[in-house]
Amino acid sequence: MEKERALWIYKTMNEIRKFEEKAVELFESDALRGSVHLYIGQEAIAATVCSHLRDTDYITSTHRGHGHCIAKGADLGKAMAELMGKATGYCKGKGGSMHIADLSKGNLGANAIVGGGIPIAVGGGLTADFKGTDQVAVTFFGDGASNQGVFYESLNLASVWKLPVIFICENNGFGISVPASQSTSVQDIGVRGGACSIPGMTADGNDVLAVDEKIQEAIARAKAGEGPTLLEFKTYRWMGHWTGDPQVYRTREEVEAWKKKCPIKRFKKYMMEEKIASQEELEAIEEKAQEDVEAATEFALNSPEPDPAKVMEDVFTDY
Amino acid sequence: MSVKSYAQAIRDVLAEEMRSDENVFVMGEDVAEQGGIFGCTRGLIDEFGAKRVRNTPISEAAFVGAGIGSASCGMRPVVELMYMDFTYVAMDQLLNQAAKMRYMFGGKATIPMVVRGQQGIGRGNAGQHSQSVEAFFMHIPGMKVVMPSSAADAAGLLRTAIRDDNPVMFIEHKALYASTEEVPDDPEFMVPFGKANVVREGKDVTLVATHLYVGMGVEIAEELAEEGIDVEVIDPRTLVPLDTKTMIRSVKKTGRAVVVHEGHRTAGVGAELASIMAEEAFIHLDAPIERLGAKQCTLPFNLGLENAVVPQKEEIIQAIRKTMHQ
Repeated sequence: MEKERALWIYKTMNEIRKFEEKAVELFESDALRGSVHLYIGQEAIAATVCSHLRDTDYITSTHRGHGHCIAKGADLGKAMAELMGKATGYCKGKGGSMHIADLSKGNLGANAIVGGGIPIAVGGGLTADFKGTDQVAVTFFGDGASNQGVFYESLNLASVWKLPVIFICENNGFGISVPASQSTSVQDIGVRGGACSIPGMTADGNDVLAVDEKIQEAIARAKAGEGPTLLEFKTYRWMGHWTGDPQVYRTREEVEAWKKKCPIKRFKKYMMEEKIASQEELEAIEEKAQEDVEAATEFALNSPEPDPAKVMEDVFTDY
Repeated sequence: MSVKSYAQAIRDVLAEEMRSDENVFVMGEDVAEQGGIFGCTRGLIDEFGAKRVRNTPISEAAFVGAGIGSASCGMRPVVELMYMDFTYVAMDQLLNQAAKMRYMFGGKATIPMVVRGQQGIGRGNAGQHSQSVEAFFMHIPGMKVVMPSSAADAAGLLRTAIRDDNPVMFIEHKALYASTEEVPDDPEFMVPFGKANVVREGKDVTLVATHLYVGMGVEIAEELAEEGIDVEVIDPRTLVPLDTKTMIRSVKKTGRAVVVHEGHRTAGVGAELASIMAEEAFIHLDAPIERLGAKQCTLPFNLGLENAVVPQKEEIIQAIRKTMHQ
C-alpha cells in the first residue's frame, strides 16, 4: 500500500480508537448520557473504506456510527460536543451519538433504526445516476440489519437500476446479545448479494489490506456503471452493544481472543515489516491522535448547553 | 383558465415542474407507461423519459428511502404511492427518517420530497385500500400534510409542495379524481400552505371539512340556507401547517362548530381541530363542538356497510342542527 494512504488509515483508526476510549471514560464519569455504541475493534473497515472516498461520495451510517463519521471527515470536537449534547455539536445537541450527519462531507447521517440508512444511500446512488457523475454511495450496516426487509429491497432496487451503491455489512457477530448463529440463516452474509444478482464478497474486516482490496473492486464496478456490490467484513466489537451492556452472552476468553486480532496493531506491524513507516513515525501519529481527542474533549466540555428557547428550531426549513 | 379534472390538474403541474426544474423527477409503482393507475402521470414518460419517470418495484420502503436520500443530495423527488394505505409499509422511512432528519441533524439536512397518492372510500376497495392516513402524519412532527379538495387546489397546492424544501405528504382522494373545475393556466399558480379556504361564508355555524366533505358541506349549506341556517364552510387545505386563525375567527363569529372528515373519529384530526377551537374560542361557543369521523372499525367492502362507517350527509345535517339546539 502507498505510504500516504497507509498513514491516513493509521491516523484515522487511531483517532477512532482514542475517541471511543474517551467516550467510555466520559460515560463512566457521567459527562455523557444516552446510548453510546462503540466501534472499538472494527476501525479497519471505516478507515480503509473512507480512505477511498471523496467528500462528494456519500455514506450512511448506523447507531454504531462514530467511526464512520470520523473516517468521513467529521471534526472531532464537533462530534464529541454532539455526544455531550452541546450547542456546538454537529446536531446542536438534538441528535446525540446516533445521529451525526455532515452533508458537506457526504455523510448523509448515522441512524438509530437498524437498516434505516440503507435505502437512503440508494438515493445517493440514484442522485449520482441522475447527475451523470462518478460519485459512489456507501452504506454501512451490521449483520443484524441484513435480516431486515429493507436490506433486500434496497439491494434489489440498486441492482435493477444498476446504481453506484456499495453495501458494507460489518459482521461483528452479535445483534445486541443474540449471536448471528441464532438470527441469521447464512454463515457468510456476502452470499445474500446473489439473491439480487449482486456480487457478494466476504473478507476479514480486521485486516486493512483485505478491506482495501475489496473496496477498490467495488468502487471500480460502481464507477464503470456495473452497479452495486455487497461486501461483508467479519469483525468483532470489543465492547458491549452499548456502554451499559452487562455482556452476559459471551465469555471474557472470547473477547480476549479477538483483542489479539486488533486491526490497529496488525496494520502497524505490517507497515513496519514492509518499511512503509518507522515505529517512531507511527508512535507520533498515535500521540497526535490522543492529543487531538483531548483537545476535542476540552472543546466539548467547555461548550455551552443548547438554549431551550431554540428547541422548536429545525423542524422545518421555514418555520 | 381551463376546465380540468383533479387528476389532469395534478398531471399538468407535474409536467410543468419537471420542465422548469431538471431536479424534479417522478417515481413509483406503474407511473411510467401505465401513467399511474389513476392517470396522474399519464404521458410524462413520453416527454421526460424513463430516467425521470421511473417505475419502481413494489417495494415502498426502498423507493421512499431512495427518495429521501436523493432529496438530501439535491434532487426534488415526487414519489407516488399507489394507495396511501401503503405508507404503512414505508412508515420507518417516512416517520423515523424523512420527518426527523432535519431536526435530528440540527438543521443540516434538507429533504424537498413530495410523497403523493390517493386514499379514501368510493371504489369498494375495502380495509387495506380505503383508509385515511392524515392523522399519523399530522401527529408526528416534520412533514407537511396537504389535502386538496378540488382540481384548482390540487394544482396550486402541488406546485407549492414540489417547490417546498420539506417533506410533504400530498394526500389526494380517489373519489375526487374525476371532479372538474376551472384551473388557472398560469404555470406559476400556487396555493400557499397554511391558508384555509373559506369555501362559503355564513354566520350561524362553522363547518370544518376535508376532501369529499368540502363539496358535501357546500351542498348542505345551500339546503340549510333555505330554512334560515347560515353555514360557513372551511377547508383547512393543509393540516401541517394549519391555519388556526381562520377557524378561530370563524367560530368566534358563529359560536358553533362542526368538524367532519373521513378518517377515524377516535384520535382523529377532528379531535385536534375541535380542541383548538374550544381552547381559543370557548367563551364564544353557544353549543358543544360536534365532531364526525369514521366509526372505529375497519373500512368494509360492501357499499352499504362502507356508508354505515363514514359520516353521511344526513348525520352532518343533524350535527349542525344539534349545535343550533334544534
